[in-house]
Amino acid sequence: MTGQVTMVTGKRNRGGGWALSGLAWVVGLLFVLPVLWMVLTSFHAETDAAKNPPDLAAPLTLDGFRSFFDSGPWPSIANSLTASILSTVLVILLAFPAAYALSIKPVKKWTDVMFFFLSTKMLPVVAGLLPIYLFAQFAGLLDNIWLLIVLYTSMNLPIAVWMLRSFLAEVPVEILEAASVDGAGLTRTLRSVVAPVVTPGIASAALICFIFSWNELLFARVLTGTVAQTAPVFLTGFVTSQGLFLAKVCAASLVVSLPVLIAGFAAQDKLVQGLSLGAVK
Amino acid sequence: MSVDTEVRPGRHAAVPPNSSGTLMRRTGDWARRAPLMPALVFMIIVTQLPFVVTIIASFMNWNAYYPDERGFAGIDNFRRVLTDVNTRHAILVTILLTAGVVLISLLLGLAIALLLDRRFRGRGAVRTMMITPFLVVPVAAALLWKHALYNPEYGLFNGVLKWIFGDNAPQPDWISNQPLWSVIFALVWQWTPFMMLILLAGLQSRPLDVIEAAGIDGASKWDIFRYMTLPHLRQYLELSALLGSIYVVQNFDAVFTITSGGLGTANLPYTIYQTFYTAHDYGRASAAGVIVVIGTIVIATFALRSVSTLFKEEGR
Repeated sequence: MTGQVTMVTGKRNRGGGWALSGLAWVVGLLFVLPVLWMVLTSFHAETDAAKNPPDLAAPLTLDGFRSFFDSGPWPSIANSLTASILSTVLVILLAFPAAYALSIKPVKKWTDVMFFFLSTKMLPVVAGLLPIYLFAQFAGLLDNIWLLIVLYTSMNLPIAVWMLRSFLAEVPVEILEAASVDGAGLTRTLRSVVAPVVTPGIASAALICFIFSWNELLFARVLTGTVAQTAPVFLTGFVTSQGLFLAKVCAASLVVSLPVLIAGFAAQDKLVQGLSLGAVK
Repeated sequence: MSVDTEVRPGRHAAVPPNSSGTLMRRTGDWARRAPLMPALVFMIIVTQLPFVVTIIASFMNWNAYYPDERGFAGIDNFRRVLTDVNTRHAILVTILLTAGVVLISLLLGLAIALLLDRRFRGRGAVRTMMITPFLVVPVAAALLWKHALYNPEYGLFNGVLKWIFGDNAPQPDWISNQPLWSVIFALVWQWTPFMMLILLAGLQSRPLDVIEAAGIDGASKWDIFRYMTLPHLRQYLELSALLGSIYVVQNFDAVFTITSGGLGTANLPYTIYQTFYTAHDYGRASAAGVIVVIGTIVIATFALRSVSTLFKEEGR
C-alpha cells in the first residue's frame, strides 16, 4: 500500500520501505517454515528427528522415504490419481456445456440455476453421508473407486460451473455469430469455437478440481476399505503408537502433497481464478 | 484483474424470429436447456436425493445394531439431538472454529496482501512461500502440526523454546493445554494464503490513476486506505469470507487428525461422523444432519445476498 502510493507519486522508498519489505520476507518465511521443517525432518533418521532441541545438522538419509514406500502406498496413490483425474474430466465435460447454457445462450432463470449450484456447496457433505453409505452398501459399491469419482464430480461441479460461466461470458459475440452463420451445431460450436478461447479458464477449473479431489478425506475414509483407499486415508493410518515415526510421517506427507505442490506452483495465477470461482481474473 | 460484476445474458434473442408459435418457443427453450441438463440432473440426483433420505431417516428409530427396532420415531431424534449436551457443544465449537479461522485468516491475509502489494526485491518468491501452506494436503498439514510442531517432546515449538531459554525452558503440551486454538492455528496457517491471494488480486485491480489523483490532492495514506482501498476491497473481503466459511464450517480433517474430536474440539461434522460411523445410530445422525442443513440454509441465505453483489443482473 505504502509502496504503491510512493511508487505512483514518484517518491523514493526510504527507511519505511525497507522495513516493510523485510517484514514481508519474515512473514513469508514464517509461513513456509513448517513445510521446510517437514522436508528437513523427512530426510533425517528417526532418532535425530525426535531430538529436542532439534539437531539441524543431523546427517541426511532416505530411510524415512524408504520405510514409507516399503509400507505399500502405491495402490492408494494410484487410487487418488484415478479418482482425481477421472472426476476432473467428468466435471469439465458436464460443466462446460452447462456454462454455455448459463452464459452464451442463457436459459430462463439462469441466475436461479447458478445459485442452485452454489447452494449445493453449502450443504454440509456430512449430512449426505449416511444415505450415500447405505446406497453404496445396497448397490455393492462400497470400497469402489467409481463411487468416489461420482461423489468428487458432484463436489466440484458447482465450482467448475461458476468458473466456466464467468469465462464464457467474456467470449466475444462476433466469434459466436460467425459460428452460427456458418451453421455450426452446438457440439461443434463448443468444441471448435468456444473451447479454444476459454482454454485458460478450463485449465484453472481443472487445476482446482484436481486439488480438491486429491485432498478429500471424509468420503474416502467412510466409503473405502483396503481396495479403493486413497492417499489421504493411507496417511491417516500411517501413524503408529509404537516407536518413532516422525521422519516417516514427514516423508509420507511430503510425497502425498507433492502433486498438489507441483501443480499449484506451476499455475499460481490459475489458482487465484479457481479459488475465487472465476470472480477474480 | 477484475471482479466479474456484470454479466451479459440474452445477447442472442431468446426466440428465433420465424418461430412465434408456442410450440416452437418451447422447442427453443428446450434446445437452450439441453446443454445444461446433464449437469443439473447429475447434481440433483447426487446431492439432493440423499438429503431426502436423510430427512426421512431423521424421523426414524434406526440403529444398525438393533435392526428389529426400526420404525417411526416422530421427533424423538431431534429432541435427543437438541437436548444432548454434546451436540450443543459441537454447535458452539463449529461456530467458534469457523468464525475464529475465517476472521483471523482474513485479517492476516489482508495485512499480508498489503505488504505484497508493493514492489520489492523477491516479491515473487515471498508470494510463492506464502501460498505453500495452502498446497499441503490438509491431512498432511494436520499431521505436520500435530507431530512435528505441537508435540511436547520433540515438536519444533518446544525445540525453539529450548534453543532460546536453554534446558530449563517451559515445554508446554500445546494440544492438551489449548486444544481448540491448536486446531484453529493449524487451519489459519492453511487458510491465510487463500484469503491473501483473493485480496491481493483485489488490491491490484484498484484504479491507480484515481489513487494517484487523491495523493496529489493531499489525501493521507490512511485516508486513501480508509476511503478508497477498503470500499474497493469490500466485495473481495465478502467473497473470501464466504468461500472460506463454506470450507471451514465443514472441516473434518484437522479435527479428526489433531485431536480426534477429543478435549472438547468435536465440531458438528466430526460428531455426525461419529454418531454414524462408531455408534451406528442412523436416525440420530440424520437428525443432526438435518439440523446442520437448516442452520447452513439460514446462514447461506444471508451469505448469498452478499455474494449477489458479485453477480448483478442486467436488463432482464
